[in-house]
Amino acid sequence: MAKIDFLLAGVGGQGTILASDVLAAVGLRTGYDVKKSEVHGMAQRGGSVTTSVRWGIKVYSPLIGPGEADFLLAFEKLEALRHIEMLRPGGIVLVNEYAIPPLSVSSGSDEYPDDERLRAVLGALTPNYYLLPANALAEELGNTRVNNVVLLGALSHWLHDVPLPIWLEAVRNRVPPRFADLNEQAFLVGRQEMEKTHPCPRV
Amino acid sequence: MERFLSGNEAVAWGAWESGVRLAAAYPGTPSTEILETLAPMPNVYAEWSPNEKVALDVAVGAAYAGSRAMAVMKHVGLNVAAESLFYSSMTGMEAGLVIISADAPSMHSSQNEQDNRHYAKFARVPCLEPSDSQEARDLVGVALNISEQFDTPVLLRLTTRISHCYGVVDLKGTRPPERTEKPSYCIDTQKYVMVPGHARRRHPVIEERIHKLAEFAETFPYNRIELQDRSLGIVSNGVAYQYAREVFPQASILKLGMTYPVPPKLLREFASQVERLIVIEELDPFIEQEMHLLGIPAEGKSIFPLCGELDQQIVRECAIKAGLLPESAQVKAVQPEKGALPPRPPVLCPGCPHRGVFYVTNKLGLVVNGDIGCYTLAFLPPLGAVHTCGCMGASVGVAHGVAKAGIAQHHVAVIGDSTFFHTGMPALLNVAYNKSNTITIILDNRTTAMTGHQQNPGTGRTLQGIETGQVDLQTLVRAMGIQRVHAVDSYDLKEVQAALEDCVQTDEPAVVIARRECVLLPEVRKQWLPLRVNEERCNGCELCFHVGCPAIAKSDVLDAKTGRPKARIDPLLCTGCEICAQVCARRAILFRAQVSED
Ligand SMILES: Cc1ncc(C[n+]2csc(CCOP(=O)(O)OP(=O)(O)O)c2C)c(N)n1
Repeated sequence: MAKIDFLLAGVGGQGTILASDVLAAVGLRTGYDVKKSEVHGMAQRGGSVTTSVRWGIKVYSPLIGPGEADFLLAFEKLEALRHIEMLRPGGIVLVNEYAIPPLSVSSGSDEYPDDERLRAVLGALTPNYYLLPANALAEELGNTRVNNVVLLGALSHWLHDVPLPIWLEAVRNRVPPRFADLNEQAFLVGRQEMEKTHPCPRV
Repeated sequence: MERFLSGNEAVAWGAWESGVRLAAAYPGTPSTEILETLAPMPNVYAEWSPNEKVALDVAVGAAYAGSRAMAVMKHVGLNVAAESLFYSSMTGMEAGLVIISADAPSMHSSQNEQDNRHYAKFARVPCLEPSDSQEARDLVGVALNISEQFDTPVLLRLTTRISHCYGVVDLKGTRPPERTEKPSYCIDTQKYVMVPGHARRRHPVIEERIHKLAEFAETFPYNRIELQDRSLGIVSNGVAYQYAREVFPQASILKLGMTYPVPPKLLREFASQVERLIVIEELDPFIEQEMHLLGIPAEGKSIFPLCGELDQQIVRECAIKAGLLPESAQVKAVQPEKGALPPRPPVLCPGCPHRGVFYVTNKLGLVVNGDIGCYTLAFLPPLGAVHTCGCMGASVGVAHGVAKAGIAQHHVAVIGDSTFFHTGMPALLNVAYNKSNTITIILDNRTTAMTGHQQNPGTGRTLQGIETGQVDLQTLVRAMGIQRVHAVDSYDLKEVQAALEDCVQTDEPAVVIARRECVLLPEVRKQWLPLRVNEERCNGCELCFHVGCPAIAKSDVLDAKTGRPKARIDPLLCTGCEICAQVCARRAILFRAQVSED
């Protein structure tokens, strides 16, 4: 493929950076030119954050424009809604079925959008949206923190040209050694979850 | 060797590989990671200075002493260091000096937008601008060579999307051999003592220097013409070049790696080769105006916005509007009808020690002149406790001015520890000297939190984490002449309130040092203990929501009598700071001791 653009969306402190590091490493190992763009500073204090990773023969801009993302990887439901217009119509959306209510919601002045609305909005852009209980699956493994790697595993199912060992190596290289096995398991759990529900990937 | 690096990491590598021996900086987004990357590398001295002016003076000193040096700061840091930029331009140095300015178009984490290329022109120093990580690495060495060849500091201007974007970088991974002889110091008073008589002789020298640099720019390899389809010619620089290339893959481009001084002949040559000439640059029409001064007509800001970052989408849409691209070039994005979404601005973290202090200033009805740091976020609802914020160190001077303007009510300046050391100290000295009833609260969370937890003169550790002396704030402010000084625990609301009440009832300068480690520091994380709500006691009075903690939410359970939702504490977010527990009138939130008892 000439290019693949990934937009990762989440809440500051959620571990989107690790996931984007893995994606960048996998792209490079697969032979693509890669650029990655992160947000640092103030937004990291619990704000809405996005990271972009672009694979291509030659990548110029490090950013992804509206309608350009081939994949939207959302680590939180509201953030999936917030950034959905970045997706190319028909692109693939993976959403962690997990809500972090912003302050205005927890104090009762705003309402958190319900799942029906989430599905309707995502569905208006693409039939290829998938909600995964990444936090719950991570919790089963004993550590909710690896929810980001669960989601990556699910994503890998849609990139079947990339051999599994490249993914696993990239994941293991980017976590402290004592968490390497846990993260590998998390990755495989996410991948299997996606395989179970959607056996034949088509991109 | 090839590495996948951010622009900031690449700059650190470039500095190391080109033999920089000293680097000084004050943290600031988007520049911070440069020094953090460089610090562990061998044979280079790196320090956090208390502010950018000191950092630049330190770098100038090293360059005077014959060592290659680098000063690093965010765009507004160069305002603080501007004095030193100007004199160092006048004097020149004995070894290369590169000043890194990381500009923040769109202000993702900044208080104002400014284009620091103007500083280059203002101070008559060259300005280099990389377009990706590879160039960020390469141009550091190039800047140092230019610095030595022309006896001038060189400004290397990055922007957020250069600093924080990653790309593949080809590194040497080696460094020139270290000097074996002892450095000797060159005394040249005509050149280095800027008294009027000497300075008058130096000024024509630096004007001549910029002319020579313009000539040098004509053949500078990073000023490059990519000649393709001649119907459109684009002059571009920095990350804007990437957007230009993406949107106009066929156009001819003159890419400027040196944006000041510009190369007149090269620009004219390019202009003569293309039919329509445009400039794509972020922020001010800097190149555009330089071209206009040379009499080269080019369109720029009449097509592309001046405010904020560009990206390929903005460039594409503006180009379509200006007839440079057909309507069909539009990317087909769909804007689904999704209704209003709850915003998610950055917030004070659960357990942030600043929160309790603001709860008390609110309770006492105090107006707060704020400053820059995590605590600025207390301006947001529900706290709404910060009423001004301009730049680092401004709080104390502004509060003093308000007091001197005759406002009867007590004014409070709130400033973080790092910001106090940065520029707050002279302002507090002024409060003591010129006597106003300003109450200065120093939020001493033992770190520079906002920019990612850097050490500072109060933490007792250096950039490398090595133990050093730590300033004692109480002794320091007393030495400045403040007699009414309270030291309190930020988590202890009663103590904070008593101290502030004491300050309010007098008419003299006062300082409250509110001390408590940032809850995100590793040693503190180990002590996190989520609190719980006793549902029987909670009646949904909502008092605890006023502390504005993301860990407290309304639960689904309604109080039988009042019908209001009871409070719920998210165990994944709560750190156990007990501020909400102290606020709860019904003792419905369990304290740490009660939680661990259960
Ligand atoms: C001149 C200038 N330099 C640097 C910065 C970047 N900056 C913003 S806040 C901050 C430090 C805040 O530290 P502190 O005052 O200790 O407050 P904390 O964030 O720890 O609460 C820095 C360095 C800036 N805004 N302006």
